[in-house]
Amino acid sequence: MRDTVMDIRAESAVAAQPLLEARGVGFSAGGQPLIHGIDLGIEPGRRTLVMGANGSGKSLLLRLLHGLLTPSSGQVLWRGHAPDRGARRAQAMVFQRPVMLRRSVLANLNFALKVHGMAGRARAARVQEALDMARLSDLASHPARVLSGGEQQRLAVARALMCEPDLLFLDEPTSSLDPASTQMIEDLVNAAHARGVTIVMVTHDLGQARRMGDEVIFLHAGRVAERGPLHQVLGAPRSEAARAWTQGRLYTGTPH
Amino acid sequence: MFSFGDIMAEALGLILTWDRDLSEIVLLSLRVTLTAVAISCLIGLPLGAVVGAFRFRGRGTVTVLLNALMGLPPVVVGLFVYLMLSNAGPLGILGLLYTPTAMIIAQTILVTPIVAALTKQVVEDLHGEYAEQFASFGLTARARVAALLWDARYSLLTVALAGFGRAVAEVGAVLIVGGNINHVTRVMTTTIALETSKGNLELALALGVLLLGLAVIVNAAVMALRASAVRAAYA
Repeated sequence: MRDTVMDIRAESAVAAQPLLEARGVGFSAGGQPLIHGIDLGIEPGRRTLVMGANGSGKSLLLRLLHGLLTPSSGQVLWRGHAPDRGARRAQAMVFQRPVMLRRSVLANLNFALKVHGMAGRARAARVQEALDMARLSDLASHPARVLSGGEQQRLAVARALMCEPDLLFLDEPTSSLDPASTQMIEDLVNAAHARGVTIVMVTHDLGQARRMGDEVIFLHAGRVAERGPLHQVLGAPRSEAARAWTQGRLYTGTPH
Repeated sequence: MFSFGDIMAEALGLILTWDRDLSEIVLLSLRVTLTAVAISCLIGLPLGAVVGAFRFRGRGTVTVLLNALMGLPPVVVGLFVYLMLSNAGPLGILGLLYTPTAMIIAQTILVTPIVAALTKQVVEDLHGEYAEQFASFGLTARARVAALLWDARYSLLTVALAGFGRAVAEVGAVLIVGGNINHVTRVMTTTIALETSKGNLELALALGVLLLGLAVIVNAAVMALRASAVRAAYA
């Protein structure tokens, strides 16, 4: 009986463990602190939106969580441990400006799978799936850099998702896209989420936030001003910073 | 006393008749130059890519050194290689002095810093664009260098072209280590120097025209390739 209780507790502990965790993460550049000791956990299967005014540290936080930047203080943990090569492979990121290799659409997708370690034969089928998913089959042989902004971003999302990450970071992926392209990107991301991919996305778009988010981390001046369910942070924000932002007001005070 | 027109006419006649000696000189020039450029690319491309793509202690020093070595005086390189390969030198036992191999070594020393320094610049710019995506992919250092070199291939053709230009026009170093021996180490540039000093201006001019033509053809071919790549958005 005692063993059973302990097993249940152990399972609960495992279930409660965040996929990704920031512990006191701070970041400074040129002697100036930009991110101040952030503590947060990203739970599996959630769609977490990182929001805040320009310069609040959203993109910086995303890069710190993904491991593109090394924190000046604190640490980021992946499934409770320091991230290793496996952790990097279990994550993917889509940037605001998609980075296209100077290769064809097909070669861009192949490259991602190749560096992911997938054998050549298996790659072809996966690449075709990604092309279909991004509706880019007709453009497979085109140079990726001549695609439109929306097509490039769809390719970037498909390239990130084809490696089947557990966690997908998106840094304002639709900020320069028209509504139709935005819709396609959202569909791709939501389909991935339905398959179990955890989403962490930076967005400024309130409409998109309502369509895409489960919860919001609201940043102000490099600190978490507020975190909570989407409807609460956007509907009845507790922090003055979030309240001002949702009302379109400039807020320059401290977050706490 | 011949006029320039007469000399030019004789030079063109020599090119058109294309005798065995002329052929030998041109082919040896191409062999030495292309081999030296190929070896320089094998060394200089990855070296430049590593310096361009990675931050490491001493990177600034390596960059300054590469840039400085781009301006190496050929006669100094020739003298250095001569001392290394002469009987009294540490590599004298190899018996390479006054052979095409010695000329290739000298040209490789001259061309490698050019290829490495220019590659560093090209790769550094490209890496600035790719760095975050590559980091997100979790690329190893080797895969990163390989991908950067591949994606910069059309720009790097221009780099190789700069190396070719330096090597094919070089005379000081190959004269010292090759000795300009007839049928052995006589190349276009050394022949031009020799024949001019002997007053045999027809052959010197014929070789000069050929050298220019060669440079133009190679340049045009590389530029055409690069232009087609730019049109296809691969460069």
